[in-house]
Amino acid sequence: MKEIKIKIKDLTLHYGQKLALNNICLEIPDRRVTALIGPSGCGKSTFLRTLNRMNDLIPSARISGEVLIDELNIYDRNIDVVNLRKRVGMVFQKSNPFSKSIYENVAYGPRINGINERKVLDEIVETSLKRAAIWNEVKDRLRDSALGLSGGQQQRLCIARTLSVNPDVILMDEPASALDPLSTSKIEELIHQLKEQYTIVIVTHNMQQAARVSDYTAFFYLGELIEFGKTKTIFTNPTIKQTEDYITGRFG
Amino acid sequence: MAENTRFTAESLKKKFRLSEFLAEKFITGIAFLSITIIVLIFVFVFREAIPLFRTGKAKEVAVKEQVTKINEGLKPESYGDTVNQASPVVVTNKPAPQAYDEDVIRQVENKKALKTLNTATWQPVSDNPRYGLWSLFFGTLKVTLIAILIAAPLGILAALFTSAFAPTWLREILKPAIELLAGFPSVVIGFFALMVMASFFQDLFGYASRLNAFVGGVAMSLAAIPIIYTITEDALSSVPATYKEASLALGANHWQTAFFVTLPAATPGIFASILLGTGRVFGETMIALMATGNAALLSANPFESVRTLAATIGAEMAEVVYGDTHYSVLFLIGALLFIFSFGMNALAEFYIKGRLMKRFMGR
Ligand SMILES: Nc1ncnc2c1ncn2[C@@H]1O[C@H](COP(=O)(O)OP(=O)(O)OP(=O)(O)O)[C@@H](O)[C@H]1O
Ligand SMILES: [Mg+2]
Repeated sequence: MKEIKIKIKDLTLHYGQKLALNNICLEIPDRRVTALIGPSGCGKSTFLRTLNRMNDLIPSARISGEVLIDELNIYDRNIDVVNLRKRVGMVFQKSNPFSKSIYENVAYGPRINGINERKVLDEIVETSLKRAAIWNEVKDRLRDSALGLSGGQQQRLCIARTLSVNPDVILMDEPASALDPLSTSKIEELIHQLKEQYTIVIVTHNMQQAARVSDYTAFFYLGELIEFGKTKTIFTNPTIKQTEDYITGRFG
Repeated sequence: MAENTRFTAESLKKKFRLSEFLAEKFITGIAFLSITIIVLIFVFVFREAIPLFRTGKAKEVAVKEQVTKINEGLKPESYGDTVNQASPVVVTNKPAPQAYDEDVIRQVENKKALKTLNTATWQPVSDNPRYGLWSLFFGTLKVTLIAILIAAPLGILAALFTSAFAPTWLREILKPAIELLAGFPSVVIGFFALMVMASFFQDLFGYASRLNAFVGGVAMSLAAIPIIYTITEDALSSVPATYKEASLALGANHWQTAFFVTLPAATPGIFASILLGTGRVFGETMIALMATGNAALLSANPFESVRTLAATIGAEMAEVVYGDTHYSVLFLIGALLFIFSFGMNALAEFYIKGRLMKRFMGR
C-alpha cells in the first residue's frame, strides 16, 4: 500500500440522538482516488464532512474518535479550522456558486488568502477554470453572474473554485450527479489528472464511475464501514456479501 | 382496469367549486378595497390642495381695483396692499371695495401664495404670508440624511452580528428586543429626545440651539433602526446556508464569509430595508415636532434648528381655517410627501431592483 494521507480512528458521529457514523476506521492513501459508495442516507456525506470539519457547523453533531491527516489529529484542540479547510477543499453535493460573477467566484478563494494582484488572479482563474473543463464555455462571459449558468456548468465552476486555493486533499460529494455524460467524462479525466498532486475522496452513486476513477473503494451501509479495499478487488471479488449485492444491484 | 382509467368527457368535466369561487372573490375584493382606499386618500389630499391653483378671478380683481383707485384719485398701490384692502378685516374707513365675495379674496391670496412657494421663507401666519417650501424641503432632507446615516450602518451591522456571530441564546434575546423598538410610540422617542438627548448632545458638542436637525435625526434613527434591522436580518438569514458553507470550505473565516458572501447576497433585501427606513423617517411627524426645533431655517449646519414637511403639517393643520390658502398649502405639502415616497418606491421597484437582480441573480 501507498503512503497514508488520512487515518481515521474509531470515528463516531451522532446527530442529536441519531447515530450517523459508527466506529469508522479507515486509511486513505496519499495521491490516490478513494471512492465512497453506499445507499442513500448511509452517511457518506457525513463522513466526507468530518474530514474538513464541516460538521462543526451543525450544532447537533457530536463527534468522537480521531482523524489524522499527515499524522496530525484535526480534531485536536489546537487545530485552526480555517487553515485546515484551506488544505482540505470540498465540492458539495448541490452546486452552490456565490451570487457573484463567474470570475469573482473563482477569485474569491485566492482573494481571502491575500492575493490581490490582478495578473496573478487572472492567471489563477484561467487555470482553475481550464482544469475544471469549463473555460471554453465561460471565457467570454467571466463578468456575468454565476447563477446564470446551467446546473452542470455551476458544478464545474464550484470545482474550479475549489482548485483555486490549491488544497492538498479534495473532497467531492457526487460532483457529477447533475452533469451530462460529456462533462462527466471531462470531470473524470480531471480527477485522473488531479490525483498526481492531490488526495481525492469522492462520493458517487454511479458504480461505473467509482470503478473508472477510483483506486480504492469504501462501502458504507447504515453508518458502518462494511468493506474497504482496492477498487479492483471490491468490484471483482468482494469479501462481504452485502458489498457484492450492492455493487451488482441486487440490494434489498 | 383499463376502462376505469380511461379519460372520458364525464370524468374530466369542468366542475363548479363554490368554496373556491367564494374564497377567490373574497380575496380579490379585499385587495381591491385596500387599493381603493389608498387611491381615495391620494385623491382627497390632492383635491384639498387644488384650490390653491385657482387664481382666475384674481386678475379681474387687480384690474378693477386699479380702476377704482384711479377713479377716486388715489395713486395705484402695490400688489400686496391691494389684498389687504380687499380683505374685510382691514376695511376701516377707506372706501373699501368690499363687494368681492370670499372666493375672490381667497383667489387673490392664492395667487400671492403661489408666487412665494419657490422661496425659502416659511411665514404662513403674518400680514404678508410667505409659503416658501425650500427651507422645509431642505430641512426634511437634512434630518432624513442624518437619521439614515446613523440608522443604516447600525441596523445592518446589528443584523449581521445577530445572524452571523451571535450565539443562539444571545440572538434569542437581541432579535425580539430590537424588534420591540419598532412598536415604540414615536411620541415616547420624541419625549426622550427632547428631555434627555438634547441636553446630552448640547453638553457634548456645545452648540447654540438645543433642539436641532442633529438631535431630531438621532431620535428618528431610533425609529428607523428596528425597521432596517428586522428586514436586513430576514434578508441575511434567507441567504442559503450553502453559500456560507462554500465560503468556509475555501478556508474563509466567519468575518470574511459574513462580509464578502452573506452581505452581498442579501443586498436587495438590505436595500429595501434602507428604503423603508427612509420612508419612515421622511414621514415621521411626532419626533420631528418634538426634537428638531421647528424653525424653518435654510442652512447646511446640522446643529441648526429645522422644520420638516411632515412636522409643518402636524403643527399647523389644527390652526388653519378650513379651505383658506394656508390650508391648501398644507395639503400641497401632504401631496408632495405622497409623491416623494411614491417616487422613491417606484424608483426602487423598477430601476434599482432590476439592476440588482441582473447583477446578483444573473437575470
Ligand atoms: N444536519 C443533520 N441533522 C440530523 N440528521 C442528519 C443531518 N444530516 C444528515 N443527517 C442524517 O444522517 C444520515 C446520513 O446522512 P448523509 O447525508 O451522510 O447520507 P448520504 O450517504 O450522503 O446520502 P445521499 O447519498 O442521499 O447523499 C441520514 O440518515 C440523515 O438523515
Ligand atoms: Mg450525500
